[in-house]
Amino acid sequence: MSGVAGARRVRLTVNGVPHEGVVEPRMTLVDFLRGELHLVGTHVGCEHGVCGACTVLLNGKTVRSCLMLAVQADGAEVMTVEGLDQEGRLHPIQEAFLEEHALQCGFCTPGFLLTVYELLAESPEPSEEEIMDALGGQICRCTGYQPILAAVRLAAAKLQDAGRGRAAGER
Amino acid sequence: MKPAPFEYFDPRTVEEAVSLLEEHGEDAKILAGGQSLMPLLSMRMARPGALIDLSRVAGLEYIRETDGALAIGAMTSKRAVERSALVKNRQPLLHAATLWIAHPQIRNRGTVGGSMAHADPAAEYPAVALVLGAELRAVGPDGERSIEAGDFFVSYLTTALGPAEVLTEVRFPVLAEGTGWGFQELSRRHGDFAIAGAAVILSIPGRGRCASARVVLFGVGPTPVRARGAEEILVGEALGPPLLERAARRASEDLDEPLSDVHASAEFRRHLAGVLTRRALTEAMARAGGG
Repeated sequence: MSGVAGARRVRLTVNGVPHEGVVEPRMTLVDFLRGELHLVGTHVGCEHGVCGACTVLLNGKTVRSCLMLAVQADGAEVMTVEGLDQEGRLHPIQEAFLEEHALQCGFCTPGFLLTVYELLAESPEPSEEEIMDALGGQICRCTGYQPILAAVRLAAAKLQDAGRGRAAGER
Repeated sequence: MKPAPFEYFDPRTVEEAVSLLEEHGEDAKILAGGQSLMPLLSMRMARPGALIDLSRVAGLEYIRETDGALAIGAMTSKRAVERSALVKNRQPLLHAATLWIAHPQIRNRGTVGGSMAHADPAAEYPAVALVLGAELRAVGPDGERSIEAGDFFVSYLTTALGPAEVLTEVRFPVLAEGTGWGFQELSRRHGDFAIAGAAVILSIPGRGRCASARVVLFGVGPTPVRARGAEEILVGEALGPPLLERAARRASEDLDEPLSDVHASAEFRRHLAGVLTRRALTEAMARAGGG
């Protein structure tokens, strides 16, 4: 236990790569990812947990990275949108978003992608209700949501077809 | 939209957290899941000098049945409550209310204890605690004590917790046979805070007369409130739609002037209180097997 107003060391794994930084305790996780690690795929929108743009996976679970401190992620495994990359190819969830035109400006997309990733990892064949519940906390101002819902269904089918439906995490 | 500087502490035990609270006094704030506190910090509506993070305190995440109640550790996430078979089977009102709270991404971090200690008057868990007569356990410099939910919620964002006390557990009594529950709320979008809500339990043993009733409204005043006038109308009676309607009207009439804000006028909240109470009572009666 230590109390410091100043710098504090943070060690965490992001997309399988160990990172380390020295930050003020008041720095949020999203500002650490973007400003210190230069992983700017995670977008910062409302900064108070409402919009969902900054959603990342923390130890496999979706969290708002604006609603936690970087120091709280010390020792954690974080996955950001950059971690969906399949050796230069798009992840099936990203392919589905592309094919169904589930993005226009793209600002909300990283948060949606990770939310869908968690959903399909936990429930490879989600019901409409499960899809709506999972996506309810993510705001998109372009698409009207219907293409996103179609993309989730397509992504589920793609992952099933590829025999990877057991866990969307098997990349 | 960046928090003001603070000293950060991540104690490993409740006792360390209590000592830190004693040391820093009014300038300290406990951080649980952070899903309410982080926005307040970012908007600088809260500017504590010391932030005491409970997330590395061991032994505050559990759900277990004990002495006719579900004992839930203060740092248990709402997601864990939502997914607990024990909660779904033994305290279905708590399960149902959890699904109304925000979104999965928020429920992954937000905690049971955090909701209680934050005491937002429009939040679901304080209302559930009040309607079930939950017991809240806190540890302070003088050891552990238990606080009845009816005494815990004092005012808007204010609880009976002392300045150096840490909430450690909430015990939600399980419902007896012949007891039904109802939970209703209205929000503009699913996951938003309630404009108003009602949580009720009715005990109707052997499908006869109502033996006990608890009616709680939330989002309508500085704390969740019991509608005692409505409860009195129901107890001792054979319940039916006209009586439920009369009790609901009484709950609405008895309210102190509800909050009026950008989301709803006081008049609309008062109206909703009646409508939601009637619907919740109707659900509860059906679940109790009465009527």
